[in-house]
Amino acid sequence: MQQALLDYTLYLADSALILGQRNSAWCGHGPVLEQDIAITNITLDLIGQARSLYQYAAQLKGGEATEDTLAYLRSEREYKNCLLAERPNGDWGQTILRQFLFSCFQRELYTWLAKEKDAILAAIATKSLKEVNYHCRWSGEWVVRLGDGTAESHTRLVTALENLWPYTGELFKGADYEVALGLDPATLHTSWLSAVQSTLEEATVSLAPHASCFMQLGGKTGVHSEELGYILTDLQYLQRVYPGCDW
Amino acid sequence: MGMQNLEELFQQKIDKEVKIEPKDWMPEAYRKTNLRQISQHAHSEIVGMLPEGNWISRAPSLKRKAILIAKVQDEAGHGLYLYAAAETLGQSREQMINDLHSGKAKYSSIFNYPTLTWADMGAVGWLVDGAAIMNQVMLTRTSYGPYARAMVRICKEESFHQRQGFETLLVLSKGSKEQRAMCQDAINRWWWPALMMFGPRDSESTNSDMSMKWKIKRKTNDELRQQFVDMIAEQVKLLGMTLPDPDLRWNESRNHYDFGEINWDEFWQVVKGNGPCNKQRLDARRKAWEEGAWVREAAQAHANKQRTRKKAA
Repeated sequence: MQQALLDYTLYLADSALILGQRNSAWCGHGPVLEQDIAITNITLDLIGQARSLYQYAAQLKGGEATEDTLAYLRSEREYKNCLLAERPNGDWGQTILRQFLFSCFQRELYTWLAKEKDAILAAIATKSLKEVNYHCRWSGEWVVRLGDGTAESHTRLVTALENLWPYTGELFKGADYEVALGLDPATLHTSWLSAVQSTLEEATVSLAPHASCFMQLGGKTGVHSEELGYILTDLQYLQRVYPGCDW
Repeated sequence: MGMQNLEELFQQKIDKEVKIEPKDWMPEAYRKTNLRQISQHAHSEIVGMLPEGNWISRAPSLKRKAILIAKVQDEAGHGLYLYAAAETLGQSREQMINDLHSGKAKYSSIFNYPTLTWADMGAVGWLVDGAAIMNQVMLTRTSYGPYARAMVRICKEESFHQRQGFETLLVLSKGSKEQRAMCQDAINRWWWPALMMFGPRDSESTNSDMSMKWKIKRKTNDELRQQFVDMIAEQVKLLGMTLPDPDLRWNESRNHYDFGEINWDEFWQVVKGNGPCNKQRLDARRKAWEEGAWVREAAQAHANKQRTRKKAA
């Protein structure tokens, strides 16, 4: 049970960290200064969530574990983030849609966890929900802007949806540790889908072509895309080259 | 009222320390000098995000990563206030950005140096932000109101960044042999470029006289540089590191540190575009702007459609 809770906490932490790491590449490179600042706020929120979750995981794991040993010294096969988080940034459309799909999921998930019996996860979820509500609003507004904006932005959003949709199924498929904890994420699917659908409708983008799309699985159980190795190589570089140092 | 009278009244205001505001009469040269300086300052904040942004993905702990991201984001915020202050002088942000991309407008040369190791994040904070603060503290009292007020906010954040930079180096200075070497190496590489940030010697500086008379500047390049050397020469002792200048020594009679000659040839080469990263920095800015064009167009198109829909409803 303890192991399942640890794995589950790591899944939540890794997903927040990897998406934060991805988003952070926009800092200094955004399409307009105000939005550079906005996405960087989201990045900081995600890293903040990851830190709280890793601190809890370190406590569950015991021994010498810290937030940094968990983030910096676990390998590709030990990371449990969802595949969606590690998808490349692509263009602004793909980054926005990735954020929107993920944030809407986090909103459902954290609302649910906030009422769960694990007091620490509930507290982290409650605190994070305020941020996540903003992430949903900000990314949702951008989804509408891009879908409704120009022919080019519409096409780019549709392409992003094609690229990302196959990675959404995993969010609702319980991994072994979720099953062990009796947490079935499938129960979140209906409300997530209706929120996503209503924004996409406003953006004049149809989900119909993706209705029976094949869903990729694996991230939550440590079987990732080729992308993750490069993300971790970057993220963990200093800790790997100079082991055991304080920074 | 004759032009001469207007100029006299303007100078009287400056002499009496009354701030000049956007709608006040001002000599064209005053407007231009402020516009040039403020927009250049805004560009420096934005280009300055790049060398530090270079280490965001590789920051060595989650706490350091969060601090670094927040710092780079602060610079974006500074850019925003400064573009807004410059816009009060009658030029759009878009025009200023175009001037940056075409090479017409300058930004601080310091950002044309590369950040090669993690220790550079400390050295940039301590030395580069430290040098910038010398200038910026003076600018909180500059005569143009919007610029002075923007600087008050910016200074608060910058002095925080400088302390963070110093603390980053302090941790390295107490760390492993490799970390200490990394720390000293970063100081060695950033020291001289930081001294160059104060600009040419007073005897060579073309913009100084009028800027002093109009109280855009209140201290000369050499005065500020000396103040900086005096401060850093003391702080470096706390790190147990050295500054790469064999001529650096306390001068009892001047009550200041003496220091060696700056490599002015290097200074002018970097100003002219031949620094190690001039091309990369401008290319990165242009790329972000060009790749963002469709996003800005989409946002505009959506806003227009919304307006039309509202009218129709």
